[in-house]
Amino acid sequence: MNYHWDWAVFFKSTGIGDEIYLDWFVAGLGWTVAVALVAWCIALALGAVLGVMRTLPNKALSGVATAYVELFRNVPLLVQLFVWYFLVPDLLPERAQVWFKQELNPTTSAYLSVVACLAFFTAARVCEQVRTGIQALPRGQTMAAMAMGFSLPQVYRHVLLPQAFRIIIPPLTSEFLNIFKNSSVASLIGLMELLAQTKQTAEFSANLFEAFTLATLIYFVLNMSLMKGMGWLEKRVAVPGLIGSGGK
Amino acid sequence: MSPMISIDNVSKWYGDFQVLTDCTTAVAKGEVVVVCGPSGSGKSTLIKCVNALEPFQKGSIIVDGISVGDPKTDLPKLRSRVGMVFQHFELFPHLSITDNLTIAQVKVLGRQPDEARDKGLKLLDRVGLAAHAAKYPGQLSGGQQQRVAIARALAMDPIAMLFDEPTSALDPEMINEVLDVMTQLAHEGMTMMCVTHEMGFARRVADRVIFMDRGMIIEDCAKDDFFGSPRSERAQQFLSKILQH
Ligand SMILES: Nc1ncnc2c1ncn2[C@@H]1O[C@H](COP(=O)(O)OP(=O)(O)OP(=O)(O)O)[C@@H](O)[C@H]1O
Ligand SMILES: [Mg+2]
Repeated sequence: MNYHWDWAVFFKSTGIGDEIYLDWFVAGLGWTVAVALVAWCIALALGAVLGVMRTLPNKALSGVATAYVELFRNVPLLVQLFVWYFLVPDLLPERAQVWFKQELNPTTSAYLSVVACLAFFTAARVCEQVRTGIQALPRGQTMAAMAMGFSLPQVYRHVLLPQAFRIIIPPLTSEFLNIFKNSSVASLIGLMELLAQTKQTAEFSANLFEAFTLATLIYFVLNMSLMKGMGWLEKRVAVPGLIGSGGK
Repeated sequence: MSPMISIDNVSKWYGDFQVLTDCTTAVAKGEVVVVCGPSGSGKSTLIKCVNALEPFQKGSIIVDGISVGDPKTDLPKLRSRVGMVFQHFELFPHLSITDNLTIAQVKVLGRQPDEARDKGLKLLDRVGLAAHAAKYPGQLSGGQQQRVAIARALAMDPIAMLFDEPTSALDPEMINEVLDVMTQLAHEGMTMMCVTHEMGFARRVADRVIFMDRGMIIEDCAKDDFFGSPRSERAQQFLSKILQH
């Protein structure tokens, strides 16, 4: 194989404006982070609501949440993305369709689709973690809180959720990392996030190995820092005297 | 004077299984009633019906003039006026002792945080744990946690206190520190309904003893009558078994 290694390629001009290839990676990382963080915030909020719903005595509410989880967990992520990008816009009211298909620039519409896709997909997984966390708590906690006069929403807000979220930080961390990794599906609908920029660099420069090595490195460092961050959070909210809380 | 708690012909079912059968009794203001009976006889269920933690299908329970079974009753408000202490303490492990003592005062009664804190710390001092205000439940012994749980209930200025086997999860050497707090409370005139097998406590502190078996109140009489000459055979058997220990 007479592959021409060139690690300096990232500082070379792309031939478009005065951009160098490294700029593409920076822009790609920016989109990856923008997709993942926004989708994560939505997933966390929606997943918490759904997780709570699954533990409620009300059959209708818990049934809705269960159906949601089954639907979003059992359809492949890519299928969901294409549904969000190609089908959902057609189901919108007339006015919104025009806006989505014509007035938005293609990058924005791809961005919205992928954020929706990852948010709804991940919410199903967060929901299950939240449910597990709540169900792991002794039933007496709810009893005690009710006995003090808390309403059911207050029981969740002040007693169940603060404990459940502490328990589920480790599995939530892995969902958080997954959403960054999964954000690479955006490249399939033309959003120039990290993976798309890597492929483009590989094609333009012919330095395929360097491009993918850098991308691997970026994903790796990104995930390691997220993991460190979550580890720090876990320590910070650890409850003194509680087994398995990481704190003393 | 009408009783603080009156339980009138209460029956309760779990599906086909009848847990409570026509239970009738009353607790006067300032009275201390001990509820005992074999495991599974419905003691916990009965006292949980008093503050509506368990619904019941027949009969009525009136607490301080308010009907517990009435669908129009504001249950959270009613519960906030009745203190309850559980076998497994059920302090909130993620909150400091101080926060455990204040959270319901602030969130349920709407007290100012400062006021709630003063009140909480005063009660913590009363149960002899003033030095532990900043700790978390997991850092206290079982006996200490149960004393905090009692202080937490008292912080709501309850009109009555319910205890569900408050000492049965404790190591023997810690039982007395909890019973002492309960005894003191009784002497101060608190209305108390205590599920307990501590017959020493019942002898010293109770005004009346209720004996339950298979969901029914078999005996309901003054303490001296109960210990002197229980009428039912089942109560006699139960007593002789429990007093052997
Ligand atoms: N949620 C439930 N569903 C069905 N049966 C129940 C439920 N809770 C309690 N029971 C049954 O009701 C009966 C009374 O239970 P309860 O807890 O009131 O007894 P107890 O007198 O407090 O017993 P212990 O001394 O063991 O605490 C028991 O036979 C128990 O199995
Ligand atoms: Mg019981």
